[in-house]
Amino acid sequence: MASIAPSPFRRESGALTLDALFRRIHLDLPLLLGVTALAAVGLFVLYSASGESLESITRQGIRMGISFVVMLVLAQIHPHTLKRWTPAFYLGIVILLIAVLVMGEIGKGAQRWLDLGVVRFQPSELMKLALPMMIAWYLSETPLPPSRRKLLASALLIALPAGMIAKQPDLGTSLLVASSGLFVLFLAGLSWRLIAGFVVSVALAVWPVWKFLMHDYQRTRVITFLNPESDPLGSGYHIIQSKIAVGSGGLYGKGWLNGTQSQLDFLPERSTDFIFAVFAEEFGFLGAVLLLLLYLAVITRGLYIAVQAQESYGRLLAGSLALTLFVYVFVNIGMVTGLLPVVGLPLPMISYGGTSMVTLGAGFGILMSIHTHRRLLSS
Amino acid sequence: MASRLTLKDHLAESRLMLNRSVWALAGVILLMGILLTRLAWLQISNYTHYSTLSNDNRVKLLPIPPTRGLIYDRNGRLLADNLPAFQLRIIPERTPDVDALIEELRKVVEIRDDQIRRFRKALRRQRGFQGVPLLFNLKEDELARLAAIGHRLPGIDIHADLRRYYPYGELTSHTVGYVGRIDERDLRRLDASNYRGTTHVGKLGIEKQYETELHGTVGHQQVETNALGRVMRVLDRTPPVPGTDLYLSLDIRLQQVAAAALGERNGAVVALDPTNGEVLVLLSSPGYDPNLFVDGISTRDYARLRNDPSRPLFNRALLGQYPPGSTIKPMIGLAGLHYGVVNPLSRQFCPGYYVLPGEKRRFHDWKRSGHGETDLDYAITQSCDVYFYDLARNLGIDRIHEFLAPFGLGHRTGIDMVTEMPGLLPSRAWKRRQLGEPWYPGETLNTGIGQGFMLATPLQLAVATATVATRGHPMRPRMIHARHRPGTDRSLAEPPDPLEPLAGISAEHWEYIVHAMRNVVHGRRGTARRIRSKRYDIAGKTGTAQVFGMKEEEEYVAEELDVKLRDHALFIAFAPVEMPRIAVAVVVENGGSGGAVAAPVAGKLLDAFFSEVP
Repeated sequence: MASIAPSPFRRESGALTLDALFRRIHLDLPLLLGVTALAAVGLFVLYSASGESLESITRQGIRMGISFVVMLVLAQIHPHTLKRWTPAFYLGIVILLIAVLVMGEIGKGAQRWLDLGVVRFQPSELMKLALPMMIAWYLSETPLPPSRRKLLASALLIALPAGMIAKQPDLGTSLLVASSGLFVLFLAGLSWRLIAGFVVSVALAVWPVWKFLMHDYQRTRVITFLNPESDPLGSGYHIIQSKIAVGSGGLYGKGWLNGTQSQLDFLPERSTDFIFAVFAEEFGFLGAVLLLLLYLAVITRGLYIAVQAQESYGRLLAGSLALTLFVYVFVNIGMVTGLLPVVGLPLPMISYGGTSMVTLGAGFGILMSIHTHRRLLSS
Repeated sequence: MASRLTLKDHLAESRLMLNRSVWALAGVILLMGILLTRLAWLQISNYTHYSTLSNDNRVKLLPIPPTRGLIYDRNGRLLADNLPAFQLRIIPERTPDVDALIEELRKVVEIRDDQIRRFRKALRRQRGFQGVPLLFNLKEDELARLAAIGHRLPGIDIHADLRRYYPYGELTSHTVGYVGRIDERDLRRLDASNYRGTTHVGKLGIEKQYETELHGTVGHQQVETNALGRVMRVLDRTPPVPGTDLYLSLDIRLQQVAAAALGERNGAVVALDPTNGEVLVLLSSPGYDPNLFVDGISTRDYARLRNDPSRPLFNRALLGQYPPGSTIKPMIGLAGLHYGVVNPLSRQFCPGYYVLPGEKRRFHDWKRSGHGETDLDYAITQSCDVYFYDLARNLGIDRIHEFLAPFGLGHRTGIDMVTEMPGLLPSRAWKRRQLGEPWYPGETLNTGIGQGFMLATPLQLAVATATVATRGHPMRPRMIHARHRPGTDRSLAEPPDPLEPLAGISAEHWEYIVHAMRNVVHGRRGTARRIRSKRYDIAGKTGTAQVFGMKEEEEYVAEELDVKLRDHALFIAFAPVEMPRIAVAVVVENGGSGGAVAAPVAGKLLDAFFSEVP
């Protein structure tokens, strides 16, 4: 049919074909470009941060490959199918979280891992996807904004996994999981009054949480955050050295592979949680602005996909995934620059490490699936 | 209706979603703005601050200690050397098992348990890539054995260092002194920045006196280090300025001759060049081996030196204060001539004792039978005490004090050595101040023969002798002859430093006294005739100083006295008489007679001096 179309359409037909091709393999080009750009930046920074280790680059490349495959696979699954399986998925992960609490393996003073013989994995990581899916599923059954009863039920659905993850204890992931659920509520039209009430009650809850719920190491983190110089060689060391790295980068940076803080080992965790400090030291303020703009583009595209989605489930889920990505970025960079306490969250697509990369890939896959499975009224 | 409602809801939901997404995006942009503000604050506003911190982190200034200047004698014979010393170090990072390595090393070299304990202590303080010393001062055979197995024992390192060495040992202990490890007290005194990296500092003698010049100036290496402190690369280097080489005025050959002449006896020999004050010999015997002190002397060795009855640690030449005895008679005689109390024709009968008018007490002559009719020349030649009792009484203590002070007695000579004692030239004022008593006439008599309160160091005696030799033009004694700054030619030290000359004394009087002193050696009845030489003229004066006050009628019989109470033997001399080139003072503790014991020491020294110097 395209072959016999008149010339005004011919020009368009090429674009249509490319668009059609991506639609057929269910990939979203802008999102893919953004994510690929982030991954490329990540490999460059990692090469510097790892002390020019090709082995690290290879491993990270393999993880990115796996993440890409996961994205590709999830993009093929129709949102309807996803929605259908959501309650079962959520329930399964909750059971796994219980299993972790009962028999999980302890690593770095916290129980996070579940050893399945062949693979060890963190169920909490999957909860980052399962929870927003569950809330989106639950709320999309009835018209929005949700009723009070539904809100209360959603709050329980959020609190249960978030509480279990906090108990592991993994405060960072717990906050991230909880916020991914709360984003769904926000997007579903949670009234501003309730939001204000929530903020106030969180502020009031700070003292009891500090007093009764936090572990010593978590309290130490908060104290060092508030005053890193109180322990310059101990827990404050991370923050101090990280701020020195970022600040000494200046406007233009010291240049790729020339960051003295990172190359001379002053910066701890420089391949993983603190990799942004390496980036900011070597590429300066201008580099950081560009990187933040890149993230902003990806997040905006996610929100655009959410707005464009035709069904509530897809809308709420897509919006939550995009905003959760932002939480990653904000918390990580806030931590590295000393704005926020040290919470172990990676910088998406750039930090060295496996599990979160796969979850991110899955998230991007779901976003693409939501966008590419729309019924197009025009055709 | 249901479907219409759903459709309506759909639109509303869509609008709600758009509304909330816009809010969310606004929130995202706001928070990103906060991040960017924070980044701008860190990277732009506080760039200088963090940039400085970053450089402080990585850039370290490492000291390069300078090489210590060498010390030579006046003829260029090396008195203080820097010798390579080898340490066995272990680099913990390079060996999988330190304990196994030590066991392996013990098979080839001896390692004591206390050395291992010290090593372990040091090991805890150092970083893994730094060598930790295990053995110091490796001997040659140990080096050879370690070299043979070194290739199969990773983690061992032979570290070469420079260590101070004094080849003449005992002979220079009281002049050159020694260096030792820097201790707390030194740290308070030293310029910490210039001594970064320096381990040793001059503790005594020339090593201490000329510390600043010998040490040199520290160099620096600006290096980039990683977080563990390991040097990654050198950014900048300022080489150290090595210490100045010093040429002492000492002649080590003469010093050897003097030491041999003294032999086993305790005493001191000081020889000066009277024309410029340069110290040719400064010997205190016995000495000790200064090399023992360089790396810290063991408690046992130190106790042995400290408890030795002959007191080897005591620098007799500078700190020993002895009654000068008859060696001051030429000066008292000169005072007599100068003040007109006596003249060359004045005679005095010596019955062997002297009695102050109105007193019963007898002041004995050393010769109980007396010298008979005596003039000044003969009184000096024979060292007649009675003549000088009378002369002293007529001069009075005030004039004696005033006249003797310019000879360098009673105050420090100002030699360039860390410590010296001032001796004692008594006066009425001194006695009232110190003892709260008036001066008694009998004390003037004792002062006239160099006994009583009067004390002088061997160095002071040598300076006084040189003052007579130059006929009243003393020079400040000094140890330094020349300097050799690195990168320049050897240069002579500052010009001689003249002390206050003795003005107004007639040449005739000088020559009379010098002639009398010549007679001491060359005269038929001189007390030191045994050292006379045909090749050159010597002017001298013997002295025998009482250590122990004898009662009036007691006879001094050396054999009956404890060695410690026997008289000190003294001798001063200069030669040649006309154009003196050397002035000598010899003190032999408890040696007995000056003429028999001290004079021959000076004689051997003068012989050596005149055979060496054409």
